[in-house]
Amino acid sequence: MLLIRCPYCGMDRPEIEFRHAGAAHIIRPGPPDRVTDEEWAAFLYLRDNPKGRVAERWRHVHGCGRFFNAVRDTVTDVFVATYKAGEPRPPESAPGASEPTEARP
Amino acid sequence: MADGFTDTPRFRLIEAPPLARFVLRLPAGALTAAGKAYGLALPEAINRGASHGERGKPGARVALHLGPDEWWLIVPEAEGAEVFAALEKALAAHPRSLVEISHRQVGFVLEGEGAADLLNAGCPLDLSEQAFPPGMATRSLFHRIGLMIWRMAPSVFRLEIDRSLAPYFVASMAESARDHS
Repeated sequence: MLLIRCPYCGMDRPEIEFRHAGAAHIIRPGPPDRVTDEEWAAFLYLRDNPKGRVAERWRHVHGCGRFFNAVRDTVTDVFVATYKAGEPRPPESAPGASEPTEARP
Repeated sequence: MADGFTDTPRFRLIEAPPLARFVLRLPAGALTAAGKAYGLALPEAINRGASHGERGKPGARVALHLGPDEWWLIVPEAEGAEVFAALEKALAAHPRSLVEISHRQVGFVLEGEGAADLLNAGCPLDLSEQAFPPGMATRSLFHRIGLMIWRMAPSVFRLEIDRSLAPYFVASMAESARDHS
């Protein structure tokens, strides 16, 4: 079974305790009265779909209940890093790292 | 439900007496005040449980740290109102959420040398004593349902299951016990 490290519990926990929750670091545009339809549509619907490392939101739903962020490789399904919500994406320095994918702002 | 309970030489599943339960959400700064009012220091480390007294007997207190700012408090049924009032009073100055969940869940005790094996029939956690030593408490899964597991001693597990899912849990336990016997 794939193990995922919960940054709040500080433990490797079984994958089925977690839920995927979409791309991480998506910034909500604002203020609302100055956002164009195109910007809002992009915020809601437009996502990258890179091959390689992506930053994602995950939730330890059957555990501590917290949302956190994870860098996962979409080719190997390896979780390169997990970090608390609100923290910046960690630099790519892990051994055997594939080419870093472009992070969204 | 009692006829469905598991009772073999290697493990025994028994139902806990009626208990009062609370979910307390609170910032770390209010921990000392809460512990003082509750009569038991709330564990600071996450996924840890603390207790004193005997389950269901007067004065018994349980505190389980299950989320970064979340503690479950379990006390004898008759002392629920008193504990609730004491905590509300002591924490009046702190942002907090104290919610009674007494009837949301039912408690079980799973004990015996095969208890961890039986739990692992449906729970994916590593329940070896190195990875999950006595004192650990966490939510996890058992087959298709969520549950809370608190290891009180190497072969004693205290479990909390949502009330409506308890028959499923007891039946799954009985089935797994047949496989392990």
